[in-house]
Amino acid sequence: MEDEKQLAAFEAKIAAGNKIEPKDWMPEAYRKQLIRMMSQHAHSEIVGMLPEGNWITRAPNLRRKAILLAKVQDEAGHGLYLYSATETLGVDRSELLEQLHTGKAKYSSIFNYPTLTWADIGAIGWLVDGAAIMNQTALARGSYGPYCRAMIRICKEESFHNRQGYEIMMHLAQGTPEQKAMAQDALNRWWWPSIMMLGPSDDQSPNSEQLMRWKVKMESNDAIRQRFIDRTVPQADFIGLSIPDKDLKFDEKTGHYTHGPINWDEFFEVIKGNGPCNAKRLKARNDADKKGRWVRDAALAYAEKKKLKAA
Amino acid sequence: MTTQEAKFQYLLRLGDSNLIIGHRLSEWCGAGPILEEDIALINIALDFVGNATALLGYAATVEGNGRTEDDLAYLRNEREFRNLLITEQPNGDYASTITRQFLYDVYTFYLYEALKSSKDETIAALAVKSHKEVTYHLRHTTEWMYRLGDGTAESHERMQNAINDLWMFTGEMFDMDEVDQILIKEGIAPDLNNIKSQWETHVKRVIAEATLQIPTYNFKQKGSKEGKHSEHLGFLLAEMQSVHRAFPGAKW
Repeated sequence: MEDEKQLAAFEAKIAAGNKIEPKDWMPEAYRKQLIRMMSQHAHSEIVGMLPEGNWITRAPNLRRKAILLAKVQDEAGHGLYLYSATETLGVDRSELLEQLHTGKAKYSSIFNYPTLTWADIGAIGWLVDGAAIMNQTALARGSYGPYCRAMIRICKEESFHNRQGYEIMMHLAQGTPEQKAMAQDALNRWWWPSIMMLGPSDDQSPNSEQLMRWKVKMESNDAIRQRFIDRTVPQADFIGLSIPDKDLKFDEKTGHYTHGPINWDEFFEVIKGNGPCNAKRLKARNDADKKGRWVRDAALAYAEKKKLKAA
Repeated sequence: MTTQEAKFQYLLRLGDSNLIIGHRLSEWCGAGPILEEDIALINIALDFVGNATALLGYAATVEGNGRTEDDLAYLRNEREFRNLLITEQPNGDYASTITRQFLYDVYTFYLYEALKSSKDETIAALAVKSHKEVTYHLRHTTEWMYRLGDGTAESHERMQNAINDLWMFTGEMFDMDEVDQILIKEGIAPDLNNIKSQWETHVKRVIAEATLQIPTYNFKQKGSKEGKHSEHLGFLLAEMQSVHRAFPGAKW
């Protein structure tokens, strides 16, 4: 009885457009779903540092090196911010990391693709961060206060990342024939994974009416994907690169682009752990965790010693 | 040697050291012991790359041959680099990275403090900015010197090994040659003997507080001021310069 009253008050609050805060009552299913989503998001930020970190030491000039360092630092900061926001739901960061390291928790499928050339750094900022922004601006209108505030802040930084990625691609597309070929090759490799990272199509992923009502999920995957495609295709045209989809067409009637079939088999294989870099990414995270253990132990031991001395 | 030539060499020494140690720190990306340290290391690496860009940019201006900071960073070979040997030493474990950074941070803390009153206005202005950043870097590394030196038996041993391995690269920080003599006379650069005594006092104090020992050996490596490096630098440059050199003349 008590629960029903609380649930009604909770839902009324959300319907009225108010935010749920950490100390407010919330249904267990809401808490669990948010922990899952927010921690996946946090994991994606820190795993996402790896493919980009791969090119910091080889950035082609000092300006690009500084920008990439700043960007990857932002990603690490987003990870920290999101882990902290997730902790407001009563779960510890170490527990979440354990789930990542054992492969129990997922992160964005996109980071299981390799960064093969410098142009991939441009493609990630332009396409991957561009797709992420589409998703995250929707999530910023969700119901859980700490997550919404994190999204607003993160989206601001992501829009810089998106622009720097596009700027890299623009320079390459206007550069030597080799540079232009490098940019086109990166677009060819990152286009499909980028539109897939927004999640399975709606017929394969029925949106729970409840999650929409609770404003945990704000828009369907296909709706977000459509917005991303509509925004990105003219950007590719503008710099003279072609989207690798022969079926891509602008539909005058709807005002939207229609696209060719998406290879969902590939998507589900990557999700299962069989993408080009799943094993490598997981190993990198686990190695860092193992190699850092003695450092964390020492920091704790030192803090204990200091506490004893102060007492 | 003219003052202009001396100044060019001096700026390469400052700029290259920052560039190379920044490169080493950036190799930690995604591999730090805890997320907060990942953020710190990338942030510090970014400071160094920023300072290197400004210093090499000014070096190129002083040289006056139309080269840019990117030409200097990406198109010089091993023997033309003037970074201190300690900056190119591999990261090793976290104890090595922290110790390398601490020894270098104390050096730059006093060096840039002195350079703030350089008679060269550009160097003085760059030193003001750098000194603010180094103050933070030094606070970060000093805290880790204590934590790891006085943490667990394992961390203590790793730290002592790191100090023993890196100590031989600290001597050349204070070597002076014609470049220094010319610039000291002009009031552009400080006498490194003064920096040396400040550095020694500071380093000894922190190492003792961290329950660690200064090595007893006196042997010191040198050579960076003439571009004689360790074998590590060639690989570092091969990696750093690979894309830039693979596309001659390309704009990025």
